[in-house]
Amino acid sequence: MSTSFTLLGLLEPAPSHGYELKRAFDVRFGGDKPLPFGQVYATLGRLERDGRAIVVGTEAGEGPERKRYAITEQGVTDLERWLAEPEVPAPHLQTVLFAKVVLALRSGRDAHRFLDAQRAAHLARMRQLTELRRSSPLTQALLADYALFHIEADLRWLELTAARIDDLAAQVAS
Amino acid sequence: MTAVLRAADLHHSFGITPALRGVDLAVGEGEIVAIMGPSGSGKSTLLHCLAGILRPDRGEVRFAGRRIDDLGEHERTVLRRERFGFLFQFGQLVPELPAVENVALPLLLGGRRRSDAVAEADGWFERLGLDDLQGRRPGELSGGEAQRVALARALVTAPAVLFADEPTGSLDSLAGERVMDLLVDTARTAGTTVVLVTHEPRIAAYAGREVVVRDGRCTSPVGAL
Repeated sequence: MSTSFTLLGLLEPAPSHGYELKRAFDVRFGGDKPLPFGQVYATLGRLERDGRAIVVGTEAGEGPERKRYAITEQGVTDLERWLAEPEVPAPHLQTVLFAKVVLALRSGRDAHRFLDAQRAAHLARMRQLTELRRSSPLTQALLADYALFHIEADLRWLELTAARIDDLAAQVAS
Repeated sequence: MTAVLRAADLHHSFGITPALRGVDLAVGEGEIVAIMGPSGSGKSTLLHCLAGILRPDRGEVRFAGRRIDDLGEHERTVLRRERFGFLFQFGQLVPELPAVENVALPLLLGGRRRSDAVAEADGWFERLGLDDLQGRRPGELSGGEAQRVALARALVTAPAVLFADEPTGSLDSLAGERVMDLLVDTARTAGTTVVLVTHEPRIAAYAGREVVVRDGRCTSPVGAL
């Protein structure tokens, strides 16, 4: 998953500190693998360097000064592009697909648009693999079958998510 | 590519329940198109309207440039028998007839001589890997064999368009694959247009493109025709 764009998506609604962003990330996307602080600050540094986020203030705390970040116009544009762009169908996409749906819903964007684009990308890959399977010897056909079943699992998840989008939107907003 | 089938602004309701709410679709000659969507999305209703089984409440359907939604029942029956082929989830073979006569049935209904019709039907058995099964009754065939007999029956009249509604829905993966491989091969060889309704991505992946129906509307490109 792109930690960088996910943090940017979490930053979009309002300026925030690294610590708050880490907490939001861990709650939404961390599962049993919290994001290390070092990675949060390094990522925020890169977002700042690339013009996607800016520091809008610093606050003195018990520890070092805390920087408050905000998303820039460039950041919104890049985030928008990332959200709209279907992922290349490959194994183990679940985290990034999930992140895109949740971030789209949180920001009031059309999650169906992303799901439709992703479905089209998955089916296009399945078409290629189906042709390959039909024209290949059995050994290669079996490898194509393996890829087909994995991509199909993602597609089933996309369909189910599309069917549950209204409920999900209500939960994500709360 | 010329559009062999074209639907414009199709609406259809069952009682007060709308099934189609303004569908536009164009299918090119020789194209294989999958219609996908969740249960109840309207995909089978769309197929039935395109195939002249149902008359839409509003909008129009054209086949080879000719409007078919306003034809009378008899004309639509003839059109379906002579220009269209149908393959459904369950083969709907006539249980009392041997397989070869099931395949010959559309030719007999069209007025062909019995010996001609049976000879032509017989030719399909080898092509579809059904050697020596001509004399079996549907109850003596496996699910995959029965569906291949149904495929032969759908194609025996050399239809311009084959309409297939969940054609592998009752089969296991391997038997379903066999049916789809044969369906696609024979359709491509004959240049038959195929409209395939399925909720299974693996089956849709046999088509050249997919159209997604959700809440009675197409959500994907309708065909650049």
